[in-house]
Amino acid sequence: MALGGGLTLQIEDLWVSIGEKQVLEGVNMSVGDGETHALFGPNGCGKTTLLSTIAGIPRYVVDSGTIRFKGVDITNMPMHERARLGIGIAFQHPPTIRGLRVSDMIKLCNPQANAEKILADLDFEEFADREVNKGFSGGEVKRSEMVQLLAQEPDFVMLDEPDSGVDLENIKVIGRAINTLTQKDLRPSARTKSGVIITHFGHILDYMSTDKAHVMIEGTIVCSGNPIEILEQIKVNGYEGCVACLCPV
Amino acid sequence: MSMSRLEEKAKKALDKKAALGTDIDIESYEPASEDFGEIETLEMLPEDVQTAALSAGVSLSGESAGDYFQVDQSPVHKESAIEGIEVMDIAAALKKHSYLEDYFWKLVPIDADKYTADVGMHPPAGYFVRAKPGTKTVFPLKTCLYMGGHNKRQRVHNVVIAEEGSDLHIITGCTTPSHAGRGLHLGVSEIYVKKNAHVTFTMIHNWGEEVEVRPRGASRIEAGGSISENYITLTPVKSLQAFPTANLVGEGAVASFNTIMYARRGNIDIGNQTILAAPYTSAESIARVVSTGGEIINRGRMVGKVPDIRAHVECVGLILTEKGRIYSIPELDGWCGGLDMSHEAAVGKISQAELEYLMARGLSTDEATSVIVRGFLDVEIKGLPPALKEEIKKITKLEEIHGGP
Repeated sequence: MALGGGLTLQIEDLWVSIGEKQVLEGVNMSVGDGETHALFGPNGCGKTTLLSTIAGIPRYVVDSGTIRFKGVDITNMPMHERARLGIGIAFQHPPTIRGLRVSDMIKLCNPQANAEKILADLDFEEFADREVNKGFSGGEVKRSEMVQLLAQEPDFVMLDEPDSGVDLENIKVIGRAINTLTQKDLRPSARTKSGVIITHFGHILDYMSTDKAHVMIEGTIVCSGNPIEILEQIKVNGYEGCVACLCPV
Repeated sequence: MSMSRLEEKAKKALDKKAALGTDIDIESYEPASEDFGEIETLEMLPEDVQTAALSAGVSLSGESAGDYFQVDQSPVHKESAIEGIEVMDIAAALKKHSYLEDYFWKLVPIDADKYTADVGMHPPAGYFVRAKPGTKTVFPLKTCLYMGGHNKRQRVHNVVIAEEGSDLHIITGCTTPSHAGRGLHLGVSEIYVKKNAHVTFTMIHNWGEEVEVRPRGASRIEAGGSISENYITLTPVKSLQAFPTANLVGEGAVASFNTIMYARRGNIDIGNQTILAAPYTSAESIARVVSTGGEIINRGRMVGKVPDIRAHVECVGLILTEKGRIYSIPELDGWCGGLDMSHEAAVGKISQAELEYLMARGLSTDEATSVIVRGFLDVEIKGLPPALKEEIKKITKLEEIHGGP
């Protein structure tokens, strides 16, 4: 049920391949305005592929199905146009951009961004003059991604394991940034910004709030529901439990 | 060697083709000989000349250690802003200082090829800069070699001496007005870095599309001294070939070359070599070149003569269009045991992952390419004074630097 009434993201029967390999097999999923969803699933099930396809990375080829964003069919839209329309993504393993400083990157994301405040919020001031991602540790890469997203101010933010390889201190900072990006300071019905987060262990969920969770197995979403309940089930029974739940003996 | 002996040697080399680069018919260019006289201040230069100088990285305002401005063969202005820095035109300097005989044509052989011979056979024009012992400059000395006429042949001979313990920064912009047609620039630069002296020598080539350029440079660095030589070409040129040499002759001397080239068309054969002839000397040669249709041959050569030297060559190139050529040639020549020389070379394209990363932030393919290329060319040149760093940054951020064809 969409909190704001409308649907920010609507995916219907999405089939996606990379090269010869079929990765997504008929994904259906929708995210309402102001909602934040979590996406669980074992390694290689297609979670990153789903986020990359929504972002429009060219090597993820949509074979059939549609992606609608704020009512617009973006299935075949170039990547940068999707970004300009309001889609933001935090990369799990972003490349180093030689010669481009973090402060310049902030301006590229949004010339009007308040760089000083954003850097301060993420405790990232001393990285302002560093080249983007060059020699960054795991936690620094994640904070750098959050800095860029806070500048970009997307309407829909996608986060691919923002808590992997990150210590507790960084998880708190990143969780706070995600809450800012998804307007958790506003009352639910006033929120318009949405998001999807991939997490393996759910640590980050202690520091941010989610409205709904989905479980993806072998390229399809097999279960959706309350994030806490689903995470508990996965913790107790593993993803095998999800499969068993789908195919009760 | 007396002047007549030099001339004799030059005469014999007038037909000697250069070892590298396309061969040029020198005689098809008229010698530039008009005397433009002297002006009192650089502000008196015509506006289009000032604009051309600026596009070669030489802003005529702002603080400087002095300046030298040459139009064709005519030194129109020279000034030292600091006591302890001597700036003269080379012809006058040769008359005044007999000791210059020990420096003039002593690093670059007059009979190296027909280009040096042609420079040597004619009355010298160029700058003489000398930093007296212990003089430290912070701001760069700005020099500009301007070729104004059509179908002209400009010959330049510069001599730089940094005496013991001095610091000297020179930026030279080589340029033509935007309307200039064909031309030939021949330039000889000899740089002497005495004990514990430090020199940065930055040359920005900003010629017209029909200009051919053959600089011939060499430096000699004594114990504890250092040189940083930077060569930047971002605008099209018909052909450019240069291969300056740094001779590290004293213990602990350091040489660092930085080369930044961007070729949309034309033929560039650029490189440098360092002869490490004394213990504990070290050298680094870093080149970043980009072709969007032009041909770039990119050479980096190190010659290790004695043990306990360190040298590194880095030749990295990007070809952004279907056509275009980058030929990367790192060369390491070790003459004994106990030395340490290495190189890194790569010729490739822009990484798809980097493009996608920037496009995910809303940049179009062209915008993302441009950001990556500017970053690639933005080499962190160590040891430059901030004012000079700023000048170079401005040059690599010029509007016309873009990724597309």
